Amino acid sequence: MNGSPFDQDIVFQLGPVVVTDVVVTTWFIMIVMVMGSMWLTHSLNFRPDKKQAVLEMTVSIIDVQIRDTMQTPPARYRALIGSIFLFILFANWSSLLPGVDPPTATLETDAALALIVLVATMGHGIRTRGWLGYLKTFTEPTWVMIPINVFEQFTRTFSMIIRLFGNVMSGVFIISIVLSLAGLLIPIPLMALDLLTGTVQAYIFAVLSMVFIGAAIAESDSANNTTNDKPTAVKPLTSAASINTNDSSNK
Amino acid sequence: MTYIVEIISIFGAAFAVSFGALGPALAEGRAVAAAMDALARQPEAAGVVSRTLFVGLAMIETTAIYCLVIALLLLFANPFVAA
Repeated sequence: MNGSPFDQDIVFQLGPVVVTDVVVTTWFIMIVMVMGSMWLTHSLNFRPDKKQAVLEMTVSIIDVQIRDTMQTPPARYRALIGSIFLFILFANWSSLLPGVDPPTATLETDAALALIVLVATMGHGIRTRGWLGYLKTFTEPTWVMIPINVFEQFTRTFSMIIRLFGNVMSGVFIISIVLSLAGLLIPIPLMALDLLTGTVQAYIFAVLSMVFIGAAIAESDSANNTTNDKPTAVKPLTSAASINTNDSSNK
Repeated sequence: MTYIVEIISIFGAAFAVSFGALGPALAEGRAVAAAMDALARQPEAAGVVSRTLFVGLAMIETTAIYCLVIALLLLFANPFVAA
């Protein structure tokens, strides 16, 4: 990492196209993920072995998160959300390799990811409601809110960009500062903290994408209320809990 | 006094980080205290509470991160300083 967190090292130049080290890291992560997925899925069995069990566990965890957050069957969104989560996770953790800057510590990668989410939000909204129905959601409380609702689409995308960029970049920045002050073993706790931050940020980016896409498709799903048995299952538990707390406070 | 913009930028960066850290620190303290309270009342809900806590903490932290980004912009990519 050179001085400023806003510019990157140039590795080589292909004609007019400048290739920075971040692009190389991104492509390397993409190759690793694609080859890994092909290796994991090329021999699937009905009776899973160890690596297939790990794969199924990962996919089912992502499925459960999508179902809990979006209240829809996860099959349609698994590829997008899962890829976003796993890519950001790998990218954040790639800072552990010596000499590698995580791609998510640059504004351009985060902007690309957030724009993918923005386009996916619009696409899924238009797919479930149609053009007019999707445009009608911008007039949701009243028509006066149209400019604010349009503005919100861009501010929340911008906020996603800055959140991921700031968190990952500050981790890398702090480690490089500590490394220049004190040498050998001192940065290790900070790098461990970086692992946690990277996981949480990947999770949050995925959850926010799910929330945005879920909000874009929500209305049409609540019309035919098929999978929405969760609140009724939760309700007795919370009422029992409130009774319990009332009892304990009365004592 | 040719470096007046740089001097002011350094002070601005310091103020941005220091005051930008105050609010999120207080807010995160409140959030963690509330989560501890919830965990003490309902230890069986630990999974949901801690997951929501992590997401909430990261959202609160975002405001501090905005201030950090502003400070770093002032220090490294200041638009008012001729490079």
